[in-house]
Amino acid sequence: MSSILIIVFLPLLAALVAGLGNRALGNVVTKSLTTGALIVSCLLSWPIFLRYLGGDVAAQVVPVLKWVESGAMTFDWSLRVDTLTAVMLVVITTVSALVHLYSWGYMAEDPDQPRFFAYLSLFTFAMLMLVTADNLVQMFFGWEGVGLASYLLIGFWFRKPSANAAAIKAFVVNRVGDLGFMLGIFGTFLVFGTVSIPEILAAAPGMQGSAITFLGMRLDTMTILCLLLFVGAMGKSAQLGLHTWLPDAMEGPTPVSALIHAATMVTAGVFMVCRLSPMFEAAPAALTFVTFIGAATCFFAATVGTTQWDIKRVIAYSTCSQLGYMFFAAGVGAYGAAMFHLFTHAFFKALLFLGAGSVIHAMHHEQDMRYYGALRKQIPITFWAMMAGTLAITGVGLLGVFGFAGFYSKDAILEAAFASGSEMGRTAFWLGAFAALLTSFYSWRLMFLTFWGKPRWAQSEHIQHAVHDAHGHHDAHVASDDPHANPHGHAVAHADNPPAQEHAGRDVAHHVPAADEDDGTAGYHPHESPWVMLIPLIVLSLGAVFAGFLFHHAFIEEEAFWNGSIAFNEHLIHAMHEVPLWVKLTASIVMLIGLAIAWLAYIRNTAIPAATAAQLGPVYRFLFNKWYFDELYSFLFVRPAFWLGRQLWQRGDVGLIDRFGPNGAAWVVAKGSVFARKVQSGYLTSYALIMLLGLVAAVSWVLV
Amino acid sequence: MIGIEHYVVVSSILFVLGVLGIFLNRKNIIVILMAIELILLAVNINLVAFSAFLGDLTGQIFAMFVLTVAAGEAAIGLAILVIYFRSRGTIAVDDVNRMKG
Repeated sequence: MSSILIIVFLPLLAALVAGLGNRALGNVVTKSLTTGALIVSCLLSWPIFLRYLGGDVAAQVVPVLKWVESGAMTFDWSLRVDTLTAVMLVVITTVSALVHLYSWGYMAEDPDQPRFFAYLSLFTFAMLMLVTADNLVQMFFGWEGVGLASYLLIGFWFRKPSANAAAIKAFVVNRVGDLGFMLGIFGTFLVFGTVSIPEILAAAPGMQGSAITFLGMRLDTMTILCLLLFVGAMGKSAQLGLHTWLPDAMEGPTPVSALIHAATMVTAGVFMVCRLSPMFEAAPAALTFVTFIGAATCFFAATVGTTQWDIKRVIAYSTCSQLGYMFFAAGVGAYGAAMFHLFTHAFFKALLFLGAGSVIHAMHHEQDMRYYGALRKQIPITFWAMMAGTLAITGVGLLGVFGFAGFYSKDAILEAAFASGSEMGRTAFWLGAFAALLTSFYSWRLMFLTFWGKPRWAQSEHIQHAVHDAHGHHDAHVASDDPHANPHGHAVAHADNPPAQEHAGRDVAHHVPAADEDDGTAGYHPHESPWVMLIPLIVLSLGAVFAGFLFHHAFIEEEAFWNGSIAFNEHLIHAMHEVPLWVKLTASIVMLIGLAIAWLAYIRNTAIPAATAAQLGPVYRFLFNKWYFDELYSFLFVRPAFWLGRQLWQRGDVGLIDRFGPNGAAWVVAKGSVFARKVQSGYLTSYALIMLLGLVAAVSWVLV
Repeated sequence: MIGIEHYVVVSSILFVLGVLGIFLNRKNIIVILMAIELILLAVNINLVAFSAFLGDLTGQIFAMFVLTVAAGEAAIGLAILVIYFRSRGTIAVDDVNRMKG
């Protein structure tokens, strides 16, 4: 299976050529090169996946080269392909290829396209390295590689201060998680004497119950190792506590959000937990913690998602929430269901992001949903694609007949949580069910605000800008795709008084004076995106519609499909079949409730949201401000860190080192010179006096 | 009875007067020359006094040499002074600071 070598290294090659060639090669060459490489990788990945889907194919390891030989620590650089890897391969290469293609349209006006495409391909390579890792160090290499690519791409529009801040935040928050991951790897090597994943997994059950000293305490070995590794997963997968970077990461271009912050990189944590599932199985306490964090994140992110106005932020919180589902599925032992949700989520969330990108493109880089409305007829293909994504994420389906992708995966997760029987599993079930209601609500809220109702574009600065430009220069494109425009300025400004703003946003149409702007469009006509952007939407829509139906049996119930690549809990699968009917129907029922609420509030009577927000003022503000996590962290960590930094700078560097170091030496020389200058008076008498004193001193020295 | 101490005390007083004459003098270079003469005289008194006291003629002969040298020194010093006064128009000590680097 040397095709895996091509799959992994073709994107790297394309990234190197495009990145180093950059302007010398030009936009078209670099774009074609990277996109072509990814399409080849994608086409080679699907046969591998289908072969594993077909049945019992053993895991294969393709050595690349010897990497480290240092005493007891030896490992090779080799690519491991088994079912788990194959699933990730198709997810990564498919979404990446489509995102590359989509970016042809989305980034068409950007002056730095070769750099963008090189970064995208570099990211894909790092992600493939991560999922094909045969040992923990190699996985860590990919882990850091995707972190780097994520940093570069969030900060792609580096002239925008907010993008730089978001990139730094993502990097720093991930560093916290990576510290845990690194400690986990060190600990694993300490305990098992190897970093090879198969050997560790084989030895893991035997280590259950042993104890190790950590930070001066005797702790259960497997629990502490798994917790440390899970901290890494929490950072990368934006779980509660380390999630703050993900919403800010939306500063990056939308295709990046789709590829990195929805479909692939953020699921690396889930992948890692599944890859090391035999280890986690040996640490029940750690699994309980995983379940808890997953369920809490799932609930938390869904609540925040219901209040946000920025279309990308809603989807970002939705991603965070869906990752929570995956983690608590893994936590209760349903690794197959977790991977299945990862698989379907990659399709429908990438679809939602790319659809949002298409809407943003059509709306002239306006991201605030308060300024959308009635886009259904203007951009119909985007609308239907978004519809498919929404149906998939909310889990629409009929038991036993057909369902969209999320229907199967989310149901399986909720059933598994219920069937696990543990108290934490039950808690996760209820939190997950409530989050499913919220998921349905905020997804439909997004759809209704964007595609239904009356146009509310007139007050958007971006739209006004576009209309002004079109009238002034008869060239809407001069500024229409300028990605350096700051799309957040006004969104932040409006955040101060959200309930009132909701009114303002809604009543826009009545406040615009000009005659031809009475309909709230300000004379602007949204344009459907070009075909390079629509084709990925259509392909992903197919995935969002059919992925669940086609693959749910293999992913969730077939041990032969996974073939030992994840821990498979036969008992749990049986228990999942035994759950009462109401559990099976819960997801669908809460979905309908959420839909009904969203319809009531955003179509039927649009005064409801503002009234509710005003009535539940403190709760609304709590949710709108994301549970005040950023403020809390700013208070607990950021400001003390700045304070400490300032102290070290002012007191330590300036006050101590500079003062007694270079500045001190300079001071001594200067003062000495002043003294020496005074001695050198030119008066004979003073020279004679000094001579005399010197003589007296010398004679005294000799005599005494 | 006049002992050696008296000679030594007188010569010390003369020596200190000479030294102070050099350092405290701010007015006139001629005073410096005179102060130097005073120092040399103090040395001469010492030499002669010890010579007589110890019964050794070497000191007295040495004193004669010193007187000779002092006479030469005074002559040369005054000659320099005259030339200096011609070129600078002053012999005030405060104005003689051309040795400053």
